[in-house]
Amino acid sequence: MLSELFPNVKLDEVWTATYETFYMTLIAILGTFILGILLGLLLYLTSRGGLWQNKFVHLLVATFVNVFRAIPFIILILLLFPFTKFLIGTIRGPNAALPALIIGAAPFYGRLVEIGLREVDKGVVEAAKAMGAKTSTIIFKVLLPESMPALVSGITVTAIALIGYTAIAGVIGAGGLGDFAYFYGFQRRSFDVVFICTVLIVIIVFIFQFIGDTISNKLDKR
Amino acid sequence: MISIKDLSKVFSPNGKNSIQAVNGLSLDINKGEIFGVIGYSGAGKSTFIRLLNRLEDPTDGQVIIDGENITALRKNELRLARQEIGMIFQHFNLLWSRTVRDNIAFPLEIAGVPKQKRMERVDELIGLVGLTGREDAYPSELSGGQKQRVGIARALANNPKVLLCDEATSALDPETTNSILQLLVDINEKLGLTIILITHEMHVIRKICHRVAVMEAGMVVEQGDVLEVFLHPKTEVTKKFVEQIMGDTEQEDALHLLANQFTTGKVVRLHFVGEVTNQALISKLSKQFDVEVNILHGKITQTQKGAYGSLFVHMDGKKDEISNVIRYITSTSVEVEEIDHA
Repeated sequence: MLSELFPNVKLDEVWTATYETFYMTLIAILGTFILGILLGLLLYLTSRGGLWQNKFVHLLVATFVNVFRAIPFIILILLLFPFTKFLIGTIRGPNAALPALIIGAAPFYGRLVEIGLREVDKGVVEAAKAMGAKTSTIIFKVLLPESMPALVSGITVTAIALIGYTAIAGVIGAGGLGDFAYFYGFQRRSFDVVFICTVLIVIIVFIFQFIGDTISNKLDKR
Repeated sequence: MISIKDLSKVFSPNGKNSIQAVNGLSLDINKGEIFGVIGYSGAGKSTFIRLLNRLEDPTDGQVIIDGENITALRKNELRLARQEIGMIFQHFNLLWSRTVRDNIAFPLEIAGVPKQKRMERVDELIGLVGLTGREDAYPSELSGGQKQRVGIARALANNPKVLLCDEATSALDPETTNSILQLLVDINEKLGLTIILITHEMHVIRKICHRVAVMEAGMVVEQGDVLEVFLHPKTEVTKKFVEQIMGDTEQEDALHLLANQFTTGKVVRLHFVGEVTNQALISKLSKQFDVEVNILHGKITQTQKGAYGSLFVHMDGKKDEISNVIRYITSTSVEVEEIDHA
């Protein structure tokens, strides 16, 4: 029955495309998480009244974040071609999509991290200072654990944007479900393939949302 | 033990409008005493207590704790010094992500105490503040009083020389306040710990402090033994704070009117100033002298150093006998004041 309804869908190809989407999304989430927390911490710590208050560094990081958030993703991929070629050695395939995915999503996530850190009770930071904590202790034992639910729900939102980005990257040959839907579905007029890809992407989004919500709720002891 | 000299703090948020939060403040605090600082909000007491462990850096002046000049310490030295200064807060400031046990263990982690010792010390502290059985609860599962107990245990973890209390009971209901104050007294007696607390509630001072300083506009306007300050408040602010406990003077005006109603005998005011031995004074008077003693109005309150308060009594009898009574009372530590008929 499936082959009657979707005559052009070849399961093994769909499977490979799904795997590639998962692969790109997961690695990109990991990279975004690390880079985004770094950016968010820098933004938070160098801001006025912060532990490393520094106007110059703050301006520098904020500009970087704002510029990369402003560039539309499809253009960012094109702009990063030379960088990607240098880093990965090719501009095609799932790995080649990673630099653009991470650089596109990390500034966005960085802002979410900054917001999450601002929500941490100032009194708790003050208490840690009064106990004689080092700045590194305050970062790793107070700021990050106390903002963890916000950091997790932030990465969930970012992950879903990232799934969208992987589909866009597909159009210029990154692999994955976007690539598959465009080249095997749209260009060959096989709309059943486009449909299947859409359904799969929606399912993937739901899975990530569910995982994110579960972890965030579990961490939140407030 | 703690000596504060000419301490000043000026805030200038935008470079122009500077605010003098603390203004040339000097105080000496003895080892093992509970020292209270009272003032209305905006008096600078919160800034003052933050200057002691340099959560705020002073603009001018010195803080010396146990021979160590806190104000001269560099960043790393300051961190180590802070490990010997405990602090508790109005809003507890516990980490919600950690259990009671892990919250109390936090300062020990900071001080680099090995895990085994840390856990032993935490168990000891949990017993001390009466939280046995709640070790694995998260702060959100605790009542306000229990949270402050965690705060106190956390502040005591590294055996500090001094405990700073920043409005520690202001967010608690009266009953819980009493139990927390009692805990502070116990700790003070058991560990001989010096405690400095700031508050806007006179009854906190009355219940647990040995000495008190009254702050207004960044300065100490009055200080001394709690009883002495209660008895002879000099400034307007202090008088207002004393009224919080003792009722206001309007009532006493009414008593002057009442005094007029008596055509015989005398109305006197008896000041009790902290000696337990004189508490049976009234019954002694009526037994030893041939007078009728009638209590009109009064309020006696207990402080750390004994009872304090005043009674208005009407004494009736022969004139000579009343003079004898007054002479007798004068010979005790109770002060007597005759209320004139208007």
